[in-house]
Amino acid sequence: MTSHPLLDVHDLAVEFTTEEGTVRAVKGVDFTVERGRTLGIVGESGSGKSVTSLAVMGLHRGATVTGSAKLDGTELVGAPDDDLRKLRGRRMAMVFQDALTALHPYFTVGDQIAEAYRAHFGGTRRAALARAVDVLGDVGIPEPARRADEHPHQFSGGMRQRAMIALALSCEPDLVIADEPTTALDVTVQAQVLELLMRLQQERGLGIVMITHDLGVIARVADDVLVMYGGSAAEQAPADTLFTTPRHPYTRGLLDSLPRLDAEDGAELRSIPGSPPSLLAPPAGCAFHPRCAVYAAKPDARCTGERPLLRTVADGHRSACVHDEVTA
Amino acid sequence: MTTETAPLADAADPGAPAALLSVRDLGMTFPGPRGTLRRRPGIRAVDGVTFDVRPGETLGLVGESGCGKSTTGRMLVRLLDPTAGRVSFRGQDITTTPQHRLRPLRSRFQMIFQDPFASLNPRQTVQQIIAAPLRAQGEGKQRIRAEVRDLVRLVGLAPEHLERYPHQFSGGQAQRIGIARALATRPELVVADEPVSALDVSIQAQIVGLMERLQAELGVAYVFIAHDLAVVKHISHRVAVMYLGRIVEIGDKQQVYDHPAHPYTKALLSAVPLPDPAAERTRERIVLLGDPPSPANPPSGCTFHPRCPKAQDVCRTEAPLLTLTAPGRQAACHFPEA
Amino acid sequence: MIGFLLRRLLAMAATLLAVCALTFAVFYLLPSDPAAQFCGKDCSADRIELVRQQLGLADPLAVQFWHYVTAVFAGRSYGTGQYAVQCDFPCFGYSFQSAQPVWDLMTDRLPTSVSLALGAAVLWLLLGVGAGVLSALRRGTWLDRTLMIGTIGIAALPVYFTAMILLYLVVSVAGLLPYPRYIAFGEDPVGWTTNLILPWIALALLNAAIYARMTRNSVIETMAEPYVRTARAKGLRERRVVGRHGLRPALTPVATMLGMDLGGLLAGALITESLFSLPGIGKLFADSLNKADQPVIMGITLLASFFIISSNLVVDLVYAWIDPRARLS
Ligand SMILES: Nc1ncnc2c1ncn2[C@@H]1O[C@H](COP(=O)(O)OP(=O)(O)OP(=O)(O)O)[C@@H](O)[C@H]1O
Ligand SMILES: Nc1ncnc2c1ncn2[C@@H]1O[C@H](COP(=O)(O)OP(=O)(O)OP(=O)(O)O)[C@@H](O)[C@H]1O
Ligand code: SF4
Ligand code: SF4
Ligand SMILES: [Mg+2]
Ligand SMILES: [Mg+2]
Repeated sequence: MTSHPLLDVHDLAVEFTTEEGTVRAVKGVDFTVERGRTLGIVGESGSGKSVTSLAVMGLHRGATVTGSAKLDGTELVGAPDDDLRKLRGRRMAMVFQDALTALHPYFTVGDQIAEAYRAHFGGTRRAALARAVDVLGDVGIPEPARRADEHPHQFSGGMRQRAMIALALSCEPDLVIADEPTTALDVTVQAQVLELLMRLQQERGLGIVMITHDLGVIARVADDVLVMYGGSAAEQAPADTLFTTPRHPYTRGLLDSLPRLDAEDGAELRSIPGSPPSLLAPPAGCAFHPRCAVYAAKPDARCTGERPLLRTVADGHRSACVHDEVTA
Repeated sequence: MTTETAPLADAADPGAPAALLSVRDLGMTFPGPRGTLRRRPGIRAVDGVTFDVRPGETLGLVGESGCGKSTTGRMLVRLLDPTAGRVSFRGQDITTTPQHRLRPLRSRFQMIFQDPFASLNPRQTVQQIIAAPLRAQGEGKQRIRAEVRDLVRLVGLAPEHLERYPHQFSGGQAQRIGIARALATRPELVVADEPVSALDVSIQAQIVGLMERLQAELGVAYVFIAHDLAVVKHISHRVAVMYLGRIVEIGDKQQVYDHPAHPYTKALLSAVPLPDPAAERTRERIVLLGDPPSPANPPSGCTFHPRCPKAQDVCRTEAPLLTLTAPGRQAACHFPEA
Repeated sequence: MIGFLLRRLLAMAATLLAVCALTFAVFYLLPSDPAAQFCGKDCSADRIELVRQQLGLADPLAVQFWHYVTAVFAGRSYGTGQYAVQCDFPCFGYSFQSAQPVWDLMTDRLPTSVSLALGAAVLWLLLGVGAGVLSALRRGTWLDRTLMIGTIGIAALPVYFTAMILLYLVVSVAGLLPYPRYIAFGEDPVGWTTNLILPWIALALLNAAIYARMTRNSVIETMAEPYVRTARAKGLRERRVVGRHGLRPALTPVATMLGMDLGGLLAGALITESLFSLPGIGKLFADSLNKADQPVIMGITLLASFFIISSNLVVDLVYAWIDPRARLS
């Protein structure tokens, strides 16, 4: 019956009109997320990761979103806000980066979770609060009944992020989009939170979109990876493939410039020259060409002409580079 | 393995070159918040920190948020007066020297900060920013101009950048400006507090590479503060791991990373996700429970004991001292790993 | 929390004492002779001396100050023997001009001023906050622009000018409302309202404009906060997102400002009361200043300080009540 992927995004684009001009923050990305699997979206600051996720959730105000994003077959782009509202929090939920600012400072943690639950299932305040205590317990918060009565600023950083996850899971969604959920946390706490997300995914068969700039986090949790650069997809592949045989020069550059814990002593870091592109005045053709080692070694008119589209280079592996045979 | 008990001062190899910077029992207690009648007890942000930095080497200082890395760093260059212990630079005690007498020494140690923009005056041009420490030294105009041009090239910027203002630069470029300013007086030591934490991965590598090149060319020593263990591993010669204001392990980089002696170091290293899915699947991981405790209310005995998988009764009552566990390496644990 | 309250109350007492001392010192430095003033015209030197004794004006300044302060809490008696006059708690002394107790003078006038101040405050809150919220939520529309241009225009009008125009148009030309005079609310609520409405408007317009602009900024800022985005991500209705998650924090600074303005309003009612010849505290103060009536001036200064300081305290308490983060520390 259900042959749809859980989330099916096709040619999704987001534009902002600003005083300085039109910002094309996302220029047509495609991806799918299956139940029980994790898609990692990785890219540098400003590459469009958050904008993409907010577009799926229908949380952009004053932006032009085009293309398609289907949740279990239901089109989200352009859907009436009231229909979207009923899906938000219920079928698809979001975990934001900084739980201290993402949770409301005035209300108790329990109240905030109960509010989400009641928005979708109704019922009494008491029942919803009991439900909030349950989910707080599920995410490993000790003494959840007492903690539910506290305000976010009374939680430690790791606890707050757990509370954020509890909020997202309170209505048993099918899809969770986590936007840098561990970036603000210490590594030991990050390990706890990632462990938690993976456990919950196993238990509930969640589809997860994990947004991060940390390739280590991607390697840890992702089944499939989308590498974004300058608002579009540079490369898409299963996680193992991406790390063993990266095809796009940007992905390769990124991996080469990464200091690694498991590196040989004296291993050299090869940095990518230059800096990420401006979205107001993006480079012509391939957005990466001003920094691309392949282009620098052998300039090619195709790199500066049309924007290269994703091409399948191997099974389930796509790369947006005209030189793919060179880099293979 | 040999487990000796010896204070650090005696631990230095006899053949090792004299320390550039030596830090002994350094402590910082911040006054506590004001209560109704009197102040609450102080916050021991740094406690009994002891280490040496040799000329031309990089000492990495790692640890989780709030463990006292920045506070230590600021005390090393006397941006903050310690409440205990001392710091000597080339044998001269700089903790008690009055600020005006410190002036001539100041040019020999410098600091770089995490937020490149916050540490640059937005109303000054790059030229003015980099020239400031030189002017403070009383250099002549001609010389300063020439020096600044050299410095700008040294850190990979172009002379045409000199007349621009900080906001016209990207984060990575702004950090280069901060580095140029720190190097203007040809210091022997630079304390870098999370210099790459705010930067994108591809830009991080540029700055790390730059700092390594400058060390090779100028022989400057670094104290490199970061919470990213991989970056620290890459750039450091020796590494000190801090937990709740204390050094829990210090030693040669390769040893510390390959064979951590302290349970905290071990857990910390195992928590860092590796960019390698295959390795990630099979890796042994120690997941620590709970969060780092607050320095305002530290646990008794070994401050790590509430989270330590190896804790015994003695750990709850007795604080372990930093002791030699192998040549050139010390750890503060009653039960160090072999 | 208890400690906090205790500290604040202590600080409040200290401030009031300082205000008291300051006004005392100022009057001591003035050349006028209060005894002669109190005695009235054609008073013999002997009588003036007697009055001086009775009022305690011959005592050293510190003693006088001590008597003044204790009287406020415990009352005092002036003079001795058959001339003794008992001034009950709370005693602020007697007016040099009318020889009436200052406390009575003030409490007579207080209802007028409070009616004026509270009414105006309610009006400017409704207008200002309403316009501000509307503008923020309809940001960039013609409604927003019209409202904001309106606030600039209103903010440019001096209070006396608004008052004059209102009086002329509404009372003289149209005859819609009576010339304002004070009618106690208890006696005739409708009369109270119709008589005060013009002074309210005159007093409220400027603040309404200021509050509208401030509210608009605050709402726009808050609606961009990550926690508002979270509220939407939870699937709440927009009404609830705005009302519960956005407006509450957005209006906190407005409440803070209101508290401060209310305290100051009593002191600032001076102009309006004179303009409309309403017998309020402001008018009493102006008259007393003219006549250098020291006890009345001191009484009003203290009363006004008390209002300002205590409304600040109330604001802080309300703040701690609304925003849990303010409760700690
Ligand atoms: N409301 C907006 N108006 C104009 N431009 C916007 C808006 N929101 C985002 N952008 C721009 O879109 C681009 C992509 O932003 P996005 O937040 O998706 O980056 P990101 O990949 O999530 O980066 P980070 O790692 O820093 O979170 C940025 O250049 C940003 O400036
Ligand atoms: N001026 C100060 N007054 C009081 N406490 C302070 C002050 N500065 C720092 N602290 C406290 O001292 C402790 C150590 O802070 P420090 O900034 O040195 O940590 P850090 O290791 O640099 O952390 P991070 O990784 O977050 O930068 C923290 O608990 C902090 O709250
Ligand atoms: S298309 Fe050209 S510029 Fe872009 S990544 Fe490939 S080789 Fe480099
Ligand atoms: S002393 Fe005890 S508690 Fe502390 S690290 Fe060693 S084993 Fe763990
Ligand atoms: Mg983002
Ligand atoms: Mg720090």
